[in-house]
Amino acid sequence: MALAFGALFVALVLCALAAPLWADLAGRGPEATNVTGKIEVDGRQVDVVSLDGTPIGPQWRSEYFLGADANGRDVMVRLLYGARNSLLIGIAAALLTTILATLVGLLAGYLGRWVDAVARSALDVIWAFPVILLGVALATALAVGGLQIGPFTLEAGSTAISIAVIAVVYVPYMARPIRGEVLALREKEFVEAARAQGAGPLRTMLSELLPNLSSTIVVFAPLMVANAILLESALSFLGVGVVPPAPSWGNMIDAGVERLVTAPHLAIVPGAMLVATVLALNVLGDGVRDAFDPRSRASWGARRP
Amino acid sequence: MTRFVVRRLAQMLVVLFAVSVLTFLIFNVIPNGDPAVRMAGKTPTESQVEAIRADWGFDDSLPVQYVTTMEKVLGGSAISYFSQLNVRDQIVEGLPRTLSLAVGAAVLWMLAGVALGLLAALRAGRLSDRLLTVLALVGVSLPVFWLGALASYYLGFKAGWFPNGGYVPLTEDPLDWAHHLVLPWTVLAILFIGFYSRVLRSNVLDTMSEDYVRTARAKGLSERQVLLRHVLRNSLIPIVTLWGLDFGAVVAGGAILTETVFDLQGVGQYAAEAVGQLDVPPVLAVTMFGAFFIVVLSTVVDIVYAILDPRIRLT
Repeated sequence: MALAFGALFVALVLCALAAPLWADLAGRGPEATNVTGKIEVDGRQVDVVSLDGTPIGPQWRSEYFLGADANGRDVMVRLLYGARNSLLIGIAAALLTTILATLVGLLAGYLGRWVDAVARSALDVIWAFPVILLGVALATALAVGGLQIGPFTLEAGSTAISIAVIAVVYVPYMARPIRGEVLALREKEFVEAARAQGAGPLRTMLSELLPNLSSTIVVFAPLMVANAILLESALSFLGVGVVPPAPSWGNMIDAGVERLVTAPHLAIVPGAMLVATVLALNVLGDGVRDAFDPRSRASWGARRP
Repeated sequence: MTRFVVRRLAQMLVVLFAVSVLTFLIFNVIPNGDPAVRMAGKTPTESQVEAIRADWGFDDSLPVQYVTTMEKVLGGSAISYFSQLNVRDQIVEGLPRTLSLAVGAAVLWMLAGVALGLLAALRAGRLSDRLLTVLALVGVSLPVFWLGALASYYLGFKAGWFPNGGYVPLTEDPLDWAHHLVLPWTVLAILFIGFYSRVLRSNVLDTMSEDYVRTARAKGLSERQVLLRHVLRNSLIPIVTLWGLDFGAVVAGGAILTETVFDLQGVGQYAAEAVGQLDVPPVLAVTMFGAFFIVVLSTVVDIVYAILDPRIRLT
């Protein structure tokens, strides 16, 4: 089952990559509005957006396959381009979380002493914030001014801000278990043997400890991507994620909820995509965990937005 | 033991201090205009702006500003930059709403999670277990805001079975209170039900293979007694600690999305709206309040855990 859902996730990623192809077919980009346009339905000319603001429903053909939104934009095209943003942010954030958490966990667990004390306090502080509140606060603050860290600049309104915010928020949830595992591994004979052979701390961490952490990291990875995609959609829903008119599933749902009465497909379609993606990742993660480490406590639900 | 408790409490204070500094900094490194002008209202005189500036110390250095702001936040005299309303009053107003949501949802997810988890464990490997696994996975994959919006529209607005958002105080009309909260409770609980049932299932399966369970069976206890007295009781310990932490997170602003979708006007929604306006005092106050809740609950959980299980290292 896990493999089938893993394949579903890969298929979703491929669809997102193929977004420009569909845009070609539909003849309209993701941000192209068409409020006053007409299209032919059953031989008659019909408004894309009617006079009372109701957008046209699904047409099941290349143009307006899933209908239009309130600005006459093609929902299918936006859905695919939205998938690009949502998946890109989710995967990049999860990757960044994994790298940061592994780094922190390794250093804190292996070096101990003050490094451990500092790392643990930092994790405690992040952990003390409610996930969604910290995400919203950071995203809002950065959305106005951007951020400059050394050579890296996070431009205001860019997806890099969402990626950084989501990555930082989830670090403690992964760094803590990794640190615990490093603490246990540190006492094992093979680490002692490496040290006795003259391996320095860096070498021990990279070539002895890191390979032994790989199963934990692999088990966590799909779940982190699922969590990151969900948090991104929540941030976009609250208006502090991907900036409209650029589409993401979260801001599409946000816009759609206001039109549930006249055009329910605007909220249902991106939500269904979101559920399918997250479900695929969760089932995949469940399977990966069973395969690698049936007794592990890596879990998919804790403290989600 | 005393040393352990004292140490945890000291750690707690340090974390709370760091949280307040961090929150303060997040909103002070960004360009957001002159708060004194915004606070003075629509047609301020120069002297009014000056007075506010002096009162809040906006011209002072950042550390001094931090101290002034925190004094106001902790002393309950902080006012919003925008609405000019007292922040403490607003939190006190939102708290019963957030607590109503959190308590009801927490009871629901605990009961349903334990019942379904136990059922899945007893039927492990059979079709009903598989079905429950699938349901749990679907449950944790549903975005709260999407599910909430759809439920609120289709079951509330369209079918008319439930009120379309809003809140009625418990003291005013208990039935109406519950009627307004059924949907938010359910929507918020679904995510946790999926998660808790999975955790309990694996705990029960682990416990069932323990020696003392075999001993209990060998003593001739009925299957029902073995299950309730020995297996369930021990499987519940990790769930209860998890429950404490999750409840704290939900009260602390973790229910922002549910509150917003159902327009409950709780603490989380208050914070979300304040964040959008870069309104520092409410955000600081709610964050401090939330962090306080999370940190206190996790400290309590740690201490209770250490009392329950002497094997835990007291560090």
